Amino acid sequence: MSDTEAHVVILGAGHAGGTAAALLRAYGHAGPITLIGEEPIPPYQRPPLSKAWLKGEADADSLALKPLEFYAESDIDFRPSVSAVELSRGSKTVKLSDGSALNYDVLIIATGARAIALPVAGAELDGVLFLRTAADAEGLKAALGPGKRMAVVGGGYIGLEAAASGRALSADVVVIEREARLLARVADPVLSDFFRAYHESRGVEFMLGASVTGFTGEAGKVTGVTLTDGRTIACDVALVGVGAAPNDEIARDSGLECARGVVVNLEARTSDASIYAIGDVAHRPLPLYDRMFRLESVPNALEQAKQAASSITGRPAPTAETPWFWSDQYDLKLQIAGMAFDADRILVRGDVAGAKFAVFHLKGDQVQAVEAVNAPAEFMAGRQLIQNRKAVSPAKLADSTISMKEVAA
Amino acid sequence: MPRITYIQHDGAEQVVDVKSGLSVMEGAVKSNIPNIDADCGGACACATCHVYVDADWIAKVGPASPMEASMLDFADNVADNSRLSCQIKVRDELDGLIVRLPESQT
Repeated sequence: MSDTEAHVVILGAGHAGGTAAALLRAYGHAGPITLIGEEPIPPYQRPPLSKAWLKGEADADSLALKPLEFYAESDIDFRPSVSAVELSRGSKTVKLSDGSALNYDVLIIATGARAIALPVAGAELDGVLFLRTAADAEGLKAALGPGKRMAVVGGGYIGLEAAASGRALSADVVVIEREARLLARVADPVLSDFFRAYHESRGVEFMLGASVTGFTGEAGKVTGVTLTDGRTIACDVALVGVGAAPNDEIARDSGLECARGVVVNLEARTSDASIYAIGDVAHRPLPLYDRMFRLESVPNALEQAKQAASSITGRPAPTAETPWFWSDQYDLKLQIAGMAFDADRILVRGDVAGAKFAVFHLKGDQVQAVEAVNAPAEFMAGRQLIQNRKAVSPAKLADSTISMKEVAA
Repeated sequence: MPRITYIQHDGAEQVVDVKSGLSVMEGAVKSNIPNIDADCGGACACATCHVYVDADWIAKVGPASPMEASMLDFADNVADNSRLSCQIKVRDELDGLIVRLPESQT
């Protein structure tokens, strides 16, 4: 499809939706573009919410993908504080939460994901918070500070980043994780152990293998987290970071093919040729790994925004990228490239105790994924090895006296 | 406010005022200057905001940190005056700074 006059409606003004709008104009789309956002502010970077924002080093202005004027200047009709409630594919109409309706020629679903709530008593108390939006981050920031005690439910990236920020603000922090190790679903045990020790040495307390049964409160405000073993962990604020679920209801209800999210191809196109889905909401092909997956990451949002904008403007599809992720905690920079699917061994390169190392996941002599802590050369070289499907010598890779340039050569 | 000149690989030039304290990357993004993608938002994690610092300004801008230098090692079209623009903080003495974009960012 390449109809430069088509009205493109983008549902969701996060990183994916905002980028798609800007790219459509950059790629020469001349038709109307409407960008629908649930939040009151224009698209912004979410990753700093758990880091710079909590520490008071970032605000809505500094995180904006583009200044507000950009949308008017680029003839993009940005509509804040409104969301889509119903999609009628037959009439190509979207009903919005303010009662109005929009007709589209091309629709991009970029509705993202939402934090999963714990289905336990007391989850509605004040001070039981999530961290997904700028408003969430503002609420959490206000609750942190010297003498405050934060209970983090969930030892994933959000929880650990918030824990590090909490310590930076001199709050007491306890992390409660259901699994026996941190980052259980997303990282190797080498990394789990490393992050646990690093956080503990900076005053974070961990309760692993501990399930939450509820929250206690006084006068409507949270005072503690109760565990299955009967203990209650006192806190002034509880952050729930136990994963996210795709906002794909509008797509499901309209009959679009869905799996763990809205199913798309490498053009980010859904089972309806007029509809694309991008970012956290999309269940997408990973050609390097020969499977479908739903990714929650900024690089994924950007890649799919490029795929959709290219397809809509008649450009060739961009080359599929290696998925990658990052996380900043204290002075640690974790960079991950690839997915550890089908790996048959792991190989640690560098100095774990010295906080400068990388964990490579190999399938035969092929790198499937690399998790690099303060090891940017390992990350960059690993990403190229994964992207180019290049074989490596495991012996060389394990020998940190041999440079990554030489290993990857 | 310090004034910074961004020159695209094809020679197109944009001159913008950038508030002290922002990075050279943020200055570009806020003024809608193309081809400084900054996928990671300035976390020194992606190397998509690579620029060449004009020869007259290298000393004032200063050297890359070890982290940044390692990222640059694996970027495309790297030269001695390569920097990641997210790691250059704008300050008064950088008024007049000129940066050029590499061929890989077009």
